[in-house]
Amino acid sequence: MYEGAVQDLIDELGRLPGVGPKSAQRIAFHLLAADAADVGRLVASLQRVQAEVRFCSICFNVAEAEQCRICRDPRRSLDTICVVEEPKDVVAIERTREFRGRYHVLGGAISPIEGIGPDDLKVKELMSRLMDGSVTELIIATDPNLEGEATAAYLARLVSPMGLAVSRLASGLPVGGDLEYADEVTLGRAFEGRRRI
Amino acid sequence: MYVRHLQLGSFRSWEAVDLALTPGPTVLVGRNGQGKTNLVEAVGYLATLGSHRVSSDAPLVRHGAAQAVVRAALRKDDRELLVEVEINPGKANRVRVNRSPLPRPRELLGLVKTVLFAPEDLALVRGDPTERRRFLDDLLVSRTPRLAGVRADYERVLKQRNALLKTAKLARGNLATLEVWDGHLADLGGQLLAARLQLAADLDPFVTAAYEGVAGEGADRARLGYTSTVPLAGDGTAFLPGIGVPSAAELTAALARRVEERRKEEVDRGVTLVGPHRDDLVLHLGPVPAKGYASHGESWSFALAVKLACFALLRADGEEPVLVLDDVFAELDAGRRTALAEVAGTAEQCLITAAVAEDVPAALRGTRVQVAAGTATVLPAEVDGPVAAEEAGAHG
Repeated sequence: MYEGAVQDLIDELGRLPGVGPKSAQRIAFHLLAADAADVGRLVASLQRVQAEVRFCSICFNVAEAEQCRICRDPRRSLDTICVVEEPKDVVAIERTREFRGRYHVLGGAISPIEGIGPDDLKVKELMSRLMDGSVTELIIATDPNLEGEATAAYLARLVSPMGLAVSRLASGLPVGGDLEYADEVTLGRAFEGRRRI
Repeated sequence: MYVRHLQLGSFRSWEAVDLALTPGPTVLVGRNGQGKTNLVEAVGYLATLGSHRVSSDAPLVRHGAAQAVVRAALRKDDRELLVEVEINPGKANRVRVNRSPLPRPRELLGLVKTVLFAPEDLALVRGDPTERRRFLDDLLVSRTPRLAGVRADYERVLKQRNALLKTAKLARGNLATLEVWDGHLADLGGQLLAARLQLAADLDPFVTAAYEGVAGEGADRARLGYTSTVPLAGDGTAFLPGIGVPSAAELTAALARRVEERRKEEVDRGVTLVGPHRDDLVLHLGPVPAKGYASHGESWSFALAVKLACFALLRADGEEPVLVLDDVFAELDAGRRTALAEVAGTAEQCLITAAVAEDVPAALRGTRVQVAAGTATVLPAEVDGPVAAEEAGAHG
């Protein structure tokens, strides 16, 4: 145990995801030894995040204004919505530059163990976005794990009476990978989802 | 296959041990509490990533140590196979095969094949259904490694679904998402169930034959059955091999129907009542189930027959498993000892533990390893003339 302030810092850092006690200690001592200006910038950026970053009122992506950059962009088409779990998934899909529609960030996936049901996600908000009829296609891009699949199945069921085109991202082989390294489940899925060429 | 070399670090009572092994029978002798069973338990761990004695990994690590290491060199199909497992209780275990790390420990399953028979196996006959389900699933995974994923996913879905059912009791609105989990449950449960039924059907003739060998002529006929919470054939839920195994798709559909029928009950009780996690493998002896009806001796015979059947089945699959007999000869009478010795004598490698060497039939007393005071020493052969005594790592 260290003296008050240092230990407090270590404890706080240790609460961050992916940071264990050893890393927390290393970061804490790095900060102690760092330039006052560097630490000041870190403090300022933490405070700015607290003060300025909000969630977009339409898609619940992180935003610095009432609406996020994507929702404000008039060039993005209004008829397709891609549903993702987290804001970081938006960034991942944006990197592809393939998708020109808009997003909807659920804020997680259905997981009863963690006490997360549809009411804890932005599902109602998604439904009201779909109500006005301008959206014709829904792409569900939740994670390809049990919880993500469950969320996708739930959403698909929920919107099926609306007559939208609903699709789920394909799962299968990674591009540039070797067939022999794929696990059986992935390979099995790839077989199921094979395409004619 | 056989284990050529076994090395343990901070595993159970062993701080460090290094033991060279040979094909054929090897008897590990030593007084109680010296660590004989711990040695063979380590071999079993490589096959199942679990212990036959405890359900969690924590007791496997030597008191005071942070991690245990099991390292084994095996000969498999005339190739050298080096397997290393690092057991980190509470954290992810790490597995390396031929020095390259596996992305998931689970991928080791199916590579090393062992059949282990221990006094604990009496629970197969007399214990709870949990024991028999675990036995079936372990064997399934060993034969078809892909099912390890199905099994893990099924358990995860079950947890999620049970969590939901518990809350559903409070707030019925949540029931909307229940159907989603029903779909997962039926899909994975159907696959698991189909695989289990197929396995029961595959194993059944071997069990009958092995029981005949163990219990002698004129004994009741031993058979396997399976009772399921899912209706299998017609309206009955019992299953005896021979009527043909339904496909996974059929079972998924049957499971989904049954879940729907019992929805209200499940919501009231807050647990999943339908699915392979509530099923049982039934051991039939003549016209009655062995559990509750079989005598002590018959129960032993049945447990032994089931394990010998596993051995025969894996062998018929074309892979020779390592046979491990942990402290069982002392529990068996002369007739059963002979029956066991006959099979064990044909195994490519058979590891036997015994407190007294005389308990082990003479035919199996090939190589002897003395286990005492934290060391394991290969003794000169008893019967076949002089063999140079090989010091095998004496650390304490």
